[in-house]
Amino acid sequence: MIAHLPVFFVLVPLVAAVALPLLCKNLPETGWAVTFSVCAMDLFLSLMLLSLVWSDGPMTYRLAGWEPPWGIEYRIDLFGAFVLTVVSAMTVLITLYGRTSVEKEVPGEKRSYYHALLLLHIAGLNGTVVTGDLFNLYVFLEITALSGYALIASSRMPKANLASFKYLMLGTIGITFYLLGVGYLYLLTGTLNMADLAERLAPLYDNPAVRAAFVFITLGLAIKFAVFPFHTWKPAAYGEAPSAISALLASTGPKVAAYALIRVLFSVYTPDFDYHLIPFRPVAMTAALVTMLAGSFMALAQTDIKRMLACSGIGQIGYILLGLAIGTEQGVQGSLIHILNHAMMKGTLFLAVGSVAYRYDTTTASHYVGMGRTMPFTAFAFTVAACSMAGVPGTVGFVSKWTLAMASLDAGYGFAVPFIVLSTLMSSVYFWRIIHRMYFEGDVVQRDNEAPAGLFLPTCAASALCLLLGLGAFVPLQIAGRTASMLLGGG
Amino acid sequence: MTEAVGFVVAKHHYLFCFALMLTGLYVMMSSANLIKKILGMNLFQVSVLLFYVSAGKVFGGTAPILKEGATLYDNPLPHTLMLTAIVVGVATSAVALSLVIRIHRDYGTIEEDEISTETREP
Repeated sequence: MIAHLPVFFVLVPLVAAVALPLLCKNLPETGWAVTFSVCAMDLFLSLMLLSLVWSDGPMTYRLAGWEPPWGIEYRIDLFGAFVLTVVSAMTVLITLYGRTSVEKEVPGEKRSYYHALLLLHIAGLNGTVVTGDLFNLYVFLEITALSGYALIASSRMPKANLASFKYLMLGTIGITFYLLGVGYLYLLTGTLNMADLAERLAPLYDNPAVRAAFVFITLGLAIKFAVFPFHTWKPAAYGEAPSAISALLASTGPKVAAYALIRVLFSVYTPDFDYHLIPFRPVAMTAALVTMLAGSFMALAQTDIKRMLACSGIGQIGYILLGLAIGTEQGVQGSLIHILNHAMMKGTLFLAVGSVAYRYDTTTASHYVGMGRTMPFTAFAFTVAACSMAGVPGTVGFVSKWTLAMASLDAGYGFAVPFIVLSTLMSSVYFWRIIHRMYFEGDVVQRDNEAPAGLFLPTCAASALCLLLGLGAFVPLQIAGRTASMLLGGG
Repeated sequence: MTEAVGFVVAKHHYLFCFALMLTGLYVMMSSANLIKKILGMNLFQVSVLLFYVSAGKVFGGTAPILKEGATLYDNPLPHTLMLTAIVVGVATSAVALSLVIRIHRDYGTIEEDEISTETREP
């Protein structure tokens, strides 16, 4: 049973997604129940997998028993288990939250389809992290993307369809470039299995086709990752989606794209190639620093709070890329820990904003006046997450910023530290505006109109995680550190 | 000169694929009509399919079906990979077209410049 664990993460959501509209179309409540039980099972199994992989090493699974490289292989090492746990945890919280928010946003007869799409999305996310084959990665990225486009468009607002269409166009360009790069690699080596590719590519590093493949693959993934020149789809897509979907996409989408990028960087191509043979470091460093500032600048200009959070997310992606550009063990550790921390921070923020939208039907920042007294729990969760984004010590945000700043200084890239500080300052500005409005402005018109328990409890749980994992950061840091050394050592 | 001609003759299938790819990208970028954008996207995806399939041809190889007397077969793996990619392309086009139907229902037009004029904040 344990041996079949890797395939559960893909098989169960996939089967549930197909069965749900067929069997449960007239039972609106079962859709949520099935989704939640799948997510809870995923979380439990991913924690179990994490401890198994920590003690016993990577776990492989051969689909249909075919040996690699002829067959597709699922391979979960520490990095995969780590990202899988992050994704599962956020999905559980968001599904809990989604129970109440879906009641308002999706009509009864469509609800089984909504949950089927959600399960497909989860199957795609899990599959991306679990697979050890490059083409399989393409398939799962597309499953995630397509269900994501449909989920964004499930909102009743007309702008959501346009936002989803723009995201679809750009996302398809990205993933097709990725496919082209994989094509180059396949034609050069004859294999699509990541571990096999790593061996066969090693003597071919001065072949221009190998370098071109690297550019195509990283460019394609960078579009999904929303790095600076390719970020234009993000504010609209996350801003117009329904609240639970924005939270889901914001906390899991970039993480899984980062996972794919890191896998290609370290498990297919070696760190030696990335940092010594091609100018990856200067290009990635520039992109990271520009993204950090561009995201923060754009966020300052937004009046809609969900768009502001999406632009802020673009800036945070820059942090993850910075750690990869630095390339030392501490740098990659900072990237990995930021994958975890950003998922929690952004998840909390979007959930809190969604609660306000549920009660007041607004996402305009100027309407948040007096929210501190009207919706105390939600406002508090927002404040905790905002402090975390600003890097207050004791929260998770501080841990990742500190690790990245120390990594920059230790590796001799001290010029990155002013960028980190500047983008942190700008984050503080646009978050403080909201916090000030919530607590210090406005006459109290209505007290205690808090969101229903189904909404604010997951939000507060997520913000509690921001604090807990910030104070008790040694556990994630240890996992991230060991993962970083494994990745850089040719894992 | 002869080197250039030799290059074009040897790699003509790659050049054709890239010409298609750039055409598709251009159509996606320059069209205001959303359906034309989807067509450009399809063109772009098809070019990558052709790239894989054309590169799977083995000189002197026959179709990859077991046959008596045949010693050399074409590579069947790119074909199977591209079947998956075709399905992905179909699904993407289906989602894109349903989005365009909804956009038309909400805005009454599928020209992007007219939609931008309508969604501009007053």
